[in-house]
Amino acid sequence: MDKLCRGLRLYRHYISINIRSAMQYKMSFFLTAVGQFLVSFNVFLGIFFMFQRFSRVEGFTYSEVLLGFSIILMEFSLAEMSARGFDLFPRTVRSGEFDRILVRPRNEILQVLGSKFELTRFGRMLQALVMFVYGIAKSGVTWNASKVVTVLFMLIGGTAVFSGLFLIYAALCFFTLDGLEFMNVFTDGAREFGKYPVGVYGKKILLFSTFVVPYALIQYYPLLYLLERRTEPIYIVLPLLACLFLLPAYGLWRFGVGRYQSSGS
Amino acid sequence: MKKYLSFFRLRFSMGLQYRTAALAGMVTQFFWGFMEIMMFSAFYRADADAFPMSFSATASYIWLQQAFLALFAAWVMEDEIFDAIISGNIVYELCRPVRIYRMWYARSIANRLSRALLRCAPILIVAALLPEPYGIAAPADVRHFLLFLVTLFLGLAVTVSFCMLVYVLTFFTVSPQGLRMLFVSAVEFLAGGVIPLPFLPPAVLRVVELLPFASMQNVPLRIYSGSMSDAQMLRAIVLQVFWLAAVTELGSLLCARAERKITLQGG
Repeated sequence: MDKLCRGLRLYRHYISINIRSAMQYKMSFFLTAVGQFLVSFNVFLGIFFMFQRFSRVEGFTYSEVLLGFSIILMEFSLAEMSARGFDLFPRTVRSGEFDRILVRPRNEILQVLGSKFELTRFGRMLQALVMFVYGIAKSGVTWNASKVVTVLFMLIGGTAVFSGLFLIYAALCFFTLDGLEFMNVFTDGAREFGKYPVGVYGKKILLFSTFVVPYALIQYYPLLYLLERRTEPIYIVLPLLACLFLLPAYGLWRFGVGRYQSSGS
Repeated sequence: MKKYLSFFRLRFSMGLQYRTAALAGMVTQFFWGFMEIMMFSAFYRADADAFPMSFSATASYIWLQQAFLALFAAWVMEDEIFDAIISGNIVYELCRPVRIYRMWYARSIANRLSRALLRCAPILIVAALLPEPYGIAAPADVRHFLLFLVTLFLGLAVTVSFCMLVYVLTFFTVSPQGLRMLFVSAVEFLAGGVIPLPFLPPAVLRVVELLPFASMQNVPLRIYSGSMSDAQMLRAIVLQVFWLAAVTELGSLLCARAERKITLQGG
């Protein structure tokens, strides 16, 4: 317990250092945040104009789609904000920085997490929040305690899934010493195509995102519960179940750390 | 002209070296195309009458877009050029007896062409093998195919001219970040990178089609499947030529101005 407290204190300190250093370049910080906003704003425009032409897709209306998109965007931004250190991990390995991390008497995951805290992602977060509020107001969801809990679980589960993907991406660097571009399909691809509820993409994709990489657990199924298409209480906890995805990701990371032989720089 | 051609050849063969990167890129683009098509087919199931072009034409549009992504992607800019301007290394390029505008132009075209050449064939072949109407269809006819090739190059040239404008403006703003970002996101949407332009409401489309962005990927990808009438095609090609001339002229004028005024601080 004491160890956990000390870890948290250290992490808080890491974050404060990161934010203070980012604030030294305010203009650059601001522009990057605007850039993040613009990129996902284009995705939003795509949805907006599609729904000028079509009234619904697979039974989902415009505001319901926005609700699903905003939640996955929030999950992604939260994970990217905190786990960006893993995204930049190829550089850490190649520069030999990871060797320095290993000799310190602290947990290496904590140190990698603390190496980068990307506050600029709030640009994307802000947009997700606006869409979320709009989606809630227009889709006529009647709120009760269980639905609020579902949304919270979605955020927790989603952040866990995306963090797990970043962790896998980083763990693979131990073997390749370089980032594998195809992993973007799972992170950026999910952010991009999470714009529509996963069920839209057909049965096979839905199966894949239920059992392999659990995107559907953090977006599609709980969304059905929020919109009262499904009423079984199991749909509330499905997003938490997605946290299990962290286990194999962590296993791969441990395996990688065990086999790590330094990059030689 | 000869020296620019050799710049082109040099960059072109350099670009062909990155085969692993090309393989990874292809996997990503194939996945992207597949997901886009699943998405459009869901909309097609919902309301087929609301489609502004046939489903097979939409699928061809998406596959061509993925195959030739490197030609039109606005975010693919030459970091080396930005670095040269910011760090001052540009002085070495200014010493040479070449016009930097033309040199950079040749180099950008070469980079984009070599990247696209490495990637397009496998994507097109797999897309052609997919079942109707999800794969890429044959071009409407020989005439449309030839016009597709012509407008593909015109579209590439307009895209590069626009990127050149951003490089040149960096001489005046020093930090390229803001401009680059605005440019990239504007091109992404207004050129039809997010959804094909015909999916926009007619009133919006009328305006957007006149903008230079619509002279990039929008024209060739729509001509290929024959979803433009003869009059529309003629208008689109005239617009392409006009924007190419206008943007290139503006860019090289600004570049000449910057070259006269530039002060390098040493270091």
